[in-house]
Amino acid sequence: MQTPVRFEVNGNEVAIEVEPRLTLADCLRHHLRLTGTHVGCEHGVCGACTVLVDGDAVRACLMLAVQADGAKVVTIEGLSHDANLTPLQAAFRKHHALQCGFCTPGMITTAHALLSQEPYCDAARVREVLSGNLCRCTGYVAIVEAVLAARVAYQKNDGSGA
Amino acid sequence: MKPNNALIGSPIERLEDLRFVRGRGEYVDDLTREGLLHAAILRSSVAHGRLLSIDADAARALPHVHSVFTAADIANPVPIIPMRLHPLPELRPFEQPVMAYDRVRYVGEPIAIVLADSAALAEDALAAITVDIETLPAVTGCGVSEVPLFDAQATNLALTYKAVKGDVAAAFADAPYTRREKFAVQRHTALPMELRGLMAEWDAARGRLTVWGAAKVPFFNRRILARQIGLPETSIELVENDVGGGFGARGEFYPEDFLIPFVACRVGRPVKWIEDRREHLMAMNHARECECDIEIACRGDGTILALRGHAATNMGAYLRTNGAVGARNIVQFMSGPYRVPNIDLAVSMWMTNKTPVGTYRGPGRFETDFFRERLFDMVAHDLAIDRVEFRRRNLVAAAEMPYALATITPYEHKDELDSGDYQATLEHCLEDIGWREKIGLNGKEIDGRYHGLAVSCFVEGGAAGPKETARLVLEPDGSFSVYVGSSAVGQGLETAFAQIAGDALEVPLERISGVFHGSTAHVSDGYGSYHSRAVVMGGSAILDAAEKLRAQIRLEAAARFGCAAEQVELVAGGTAVGPAGKSIAFAELAGDGLSAEGTFFNNKHTWGYGAHAAHVSVDPKTGHVDLIDYVAVEDCGRVINPLTLHGQVIGAVVQGLGGAFLEHLVYDEHGQLLTGSLADYLVPTASDFPSIRARVMGTHPSPINPLGAKGAGEGGIIPVGGVIANAVAAALSKFDIQPRALPLTPPAIWQLIERARQ
Repeated sequence: MQTPVRFEVNGNEVAIEVEPRLTLADCLRHHLRLTGTHVGCEHGVCGACTVLVDGDAVRACLMLAVQADGAKVVTIEGLSHDANLTPLQAAFRKHHALQCGFCTPGMITTAHALLSQEPYCDAARVREVLSGNLCRCTGYVAIVEAVLAARVAYQKNDGSGA
Repeated sequence: MKPNNALIGSPIERLEDLRFVRGRGEYVDDLTREGLLHAAILRSSVAHGRLLSIDADAARALPHVHSVFTAADIANPVPIIPMRLHPLPELRPFEQPVMAYDRVRYVGEPIAIVLADSAALAEDALAAITVDIETLPAVTGCGVSEVPLFDAQATNLALTYKAVKGDVAAAFADAPYTRREKFAVQRHTALPMELRGLMAEWDAARGRLTVWGAAKVPFFNRRILARQIGLPETSIELVENDVGGGFGARGEFYPEDFLIPFVACRVGRPVKWIEDRREHLMAMNHARECECDIEIACRGDGTILALRGHAATNMGAYLRTNGAVGARNIVQFMSGPYRVPNIDLAVSMWMTNKTPVGTYRGPGRFETDFFRERLFDMVAHDLAIDRVEFRRRNLVAAAEMPYALATITPYEHKDELDSGDYQATLEHCLEDIGWREKIGLNGKEIDGRYHGLAVSCFVEGGAAGPKETARLVLEPDGSFSVYVGSSAVGQGLETAFAQIAGDALEVPLERISGVFHGSTAHVSDGYGSYHSRAVVMGGSAILDAAEKLRAQIRLEAAARFGCAAEQVELVAGGTAVGPAGKSIAFAELAGDGLSAEGTFFNNKHTWGYGAHAAHVSVDPKTGHVDLIDYVAVEDCGRVINPLTLHGQVIGAVVQGLGGAFLEHLVYDEHGQLLTGSLADYLVPTASDFPSIRARVMGTHPSPINPLGAKGAGEGGIIPVGGVIANAVAAALSKFDIQPRALPLTPPAIWQLIERARQ
């Protein structure tokens, strides 16, 4: 059984028919070929699949594609440009906040939502929010430093730092 | 090499980050092919039993299901996966078949594989397969059992390794002080964030099999696959894509590494398989489960005279490719960086009905450092010697290098520590944590929490031989491409190799147009990434290739100039200069591409070394430990990139903290895995351990390779269990509790305190 669903992904209208059981993560990755959203556990613990749904950080493995009907979805691809790295991406690179890169899109989408909503958050708050995203390479120290370093861009731009 | 050296030693931002931070990495599940079929694997739900029958007819009849394969559809006999490291003949009977055919020996063992139009449909079809298993009693622990797991074997003991040095009996006979203790480390696992996966395609017209998703040791795995599947190696290409973490576990030859290419050949369509996290936790290599009973002999002044004892490792159901490494390392490295003149240690590898084990970052070393450093703190207390002073007295001195380790048997293996100043890293570590200022807090209660400090020393072996290969190509635009047999598993190899190649060729980083690694198409032979070998071995091979390529460039320029090659000078930046002021840019010399392959052979090991210190506070009412401060100091010889090395150390420390505090693969008495999700198997999160610091040093270059580098990927994890347990013991000295097992969960610590109070 296929169900029609319409939503916006990275500014583009999407209208497709999907199985009701299809997760938003699988829809983005395999139907829309937006493979920057990663799947690490499919039970909402690792956070690798985090995307923005109407501005909030959401686990795309715990949301069905049909539930995204009418929503505005932004993935790591939507937060990226060819020309430059965004302040968050540049900070991740500068602080060596990634190694294998698998958790990185989820970290950046989560951090973008946090800094957009709380551009003056402190280290403890960053750690609290990022505790929902697992990283096995970095030990998190550099990730927290990178997010703290990127705050200033969100403060200046009033939340539109990406 | 040339001393230009602008790139090596610089904290250069990583090249691979430019794709990773944009979500443009290409991991195996990001790939697809026209006509792709998806695989799902039916796994045993029983730990031990006789496989009586499999009925897959109903599954085969389902719409969208393409086919189902069981062992009967594969081959008779079913292919066996050979051991890669330490393949002793005694171990062969315990190697794993690619699919269960008459017995199942662990929960998670493959029984059947389904191909369907989507992964979800393939998983649905698994439920339609009926399997009849006659359950047998499960063996979950080490030791003699009435239940033999392999019919042809009288015992479940696969092998006992021995580590011997000097005369232990004599040393103990005269020893003024001895102490005997039992310790244990729990089963846990590497848990890379990217799940395992493979995609395979058979091109019948060209007679070529391509397998994507390779990692770690693609050339070795190609050899196994070629033999099992009956193709020449040259007809198989293993492709290494971006890899989401390895840590020893990913990239070894697993049953699926045969099954997916095999079914792709059989059905003539591309097939992809991506495991889920539950599968991962029951199918990927486990590690670390070990118990030991060891005894130390010392003089009254704390000088170590001898170590003896036994360890037992729980190997799980089969001996996998590198399954023996952890066990042998436990006995070889129990002496660590210390002067131990007499050693007699044995480790017995017991087969059980749990998931098979393999290496996990710092295999055997994490375990044995916990045993040793715990024992040392007990001994220092008994002898009323300061814990730091005890270590100072026993560390191998720089003047004693190279220093022989115990010899391992069977197959006699000798090894020796290569170089370094172990005292120096210990002193730096004490200084960085502020030992002198904080030691007064030891055992003190402040606001209801008890504070404790500890420090431990370690060595890290690296640079396994026998060789590595690199190929450098001068491209028509004057840039250079680097091809290497080493594998990238997320450690930043592209950047480190670009730095090494840039310096060797005397060109800026921008002129290194790409670093291509892992895949079997890149070089003639490759040995991959394990035993902290990639930078040392691959990097040294790049130096050799660079020298050869520069000679070729000189020859080419000499021909243009009409002079002898010796008259040509290569100027930094990529210009060849000849007599009479003639000069020509490399780009003009490239022609159809100049290239050179270089190799590096090595039969010795590098030894990074250092010390870690921790400051904890413990709440005796809950058993909760707060890690207030943690300092890691390691000297890794010549540092290629301090930014990435620092990151490796911190990341490894936090993985080690997972092993010390959280991670535990728990089984019940029937061999059922009770921790099959990330809600049950806990790993460190961003809020758990905020205060981790690292200092990386490069004061003692390795004498055994032209780079002077030492393997550095594993040191950060090795001492963590020992230093944490010692800090907890120091904090709770008032209660006289001695942690003898990991993990130190709040309930475990609370129980230790309660028992001590009774």
